[in-house]
Amino acid sequence: MIVSVASGKGGTGKTTVAASLATIWDGPVLGVDLDVEEPNLHLFLHPTIAGSEMAHMMVPTLEESRCTYCGACSELCQFKAISVIGQLILTFPEMCHGCGGCIAVCPEKAISPGQRELGEISWGVAGGVGFLAGRLRVGEAMSPPLMRRVKARLDQMLANGEDAIIDAPPGVSCPAVNAVMDSDVILLVTEPTPFGVYDFQLAWEAFTPLKKPMGAVINRAGLGNDAIYRFCQEKGLAILAEIPYDRAIAEAYARGRVIATVSPGLKAIFVSLRDQIRDLAKPGQPRKAAHA
Amino acid sequence: MNRIAVTSEGPSLDDQVDPRFGRAAGFVVVDLETMDTQYIDNGQSQVMAQGAGIQAAELVARAGVSCLLTGYVGPKAFQALSAAGIKVGQNLEGLTVRQAVERFKSDQVEIAQAANRPGR
Repeated sequence: MIVSVASGKGGTGKTTVAASLATIWDGPVLGVDLDVEEPNLHLFLHPTIAGSEMAHMMVPTLEESRCTYCGACSELCQFKAISVIGQLILTFPEMCHGCGGCIAVCPEKAISPGQRELGEISWGVAGGVGFLAGRLRVGEAMSPPLMRRVKARLDQMLANGEDAIIDAPPGVSCPAVNAVMDSDVILLVTEPTPFGVYDFQLAWEAFTPLKKPMGAVINRAGLGNDAIYRFCQEKGLAILAEIPYDRAIAEAYARGRVIATVSPGLKAIFVSLRDQIRDLAKPGQPRKAAHA
Repeated sequence: MNRIAVTSEGPSLDDQVDPRFGRAAGFVVVDLETMDTQYIDNGQSQVMAQGAGIQAAELVARAGVSCLLTGYVGPKAFQALSAAGIKVGQNLEGLTVRQAVERFKSDQVEIAQAANRPGR
């Protein structure tokens, strides 16, 4: 089972929830950081890194002596990564999405595959928890290509039936959708503030078409107002856990601790969350949890 | 025949210089001797998610101009324009196309050595 921990608004507690779930999971589990633009799951899981590799995307390289400036590549490219201007051909490798179309259409075979570095993939273990993360190269504009490489490695690592907890990027655009689209259950972490509610609604709208079991986790419960509760009730979305607004949690977080280890009460919240996630993932079960 | 292009919010010499290059509404191409004009619409670049500056540079280069007058140019567009041998005069926003051309004709436009806007 793959559980992705997502949110609309950033800073609502995705990593806090993902690290806690991975830590209290009662079976082989991997913590996966797919927030490749600003990975931080390692700050809480403190993994020992066993290996890493650089990930690359195919981009065009030119053999200009063969080029007749016919412009076929330039016309095909929707991202202007390759441009023919008169008797001049230019490439902008950072604009390339790696489709390989220019190479395929070039009648002179003047374009061959080169590489653009996307970032680094690393893996290891943190206590009993497996660890996998991507880190985007500074200056790289697109995160989904690196995320797909991380997910490909995840597929290999899950060959023995382990579960995975994915720490997704915030927002509702391509990176966030990419992080949750292959999971069995999506957790939406939010806070009961106006910004939290607004972005939660966007996330709910963005992820609902994926037709995955979804549940809400309300962090900093006690803050703000009841709009998030009303929204979840209206949409029939189960609230699987509420994490109290508590200074002790902030202090533990600031020290890089997993909050499920702070107190028995907090641990119980995540154990209950884990059990409800399992129920949600079971095929044929009603999507609404019993208490919803 | 010496022709230059000016980013413009409209098709005539009396329209305002569009401060943007890649996402300019269009380009007024001016023949410096006769002051005859031709308008190139840039709508196809405006709707691009990215690469608008490169696309606009292609359009301007195809028009066969020696110089471009505009407000701001980003690094990729600047690279493309330079490679195509087109000089760039920047920071001309707030003028009409005619005023920008007159300023250029009286040698009051400095030719840029680099882009004046960060890339996206």
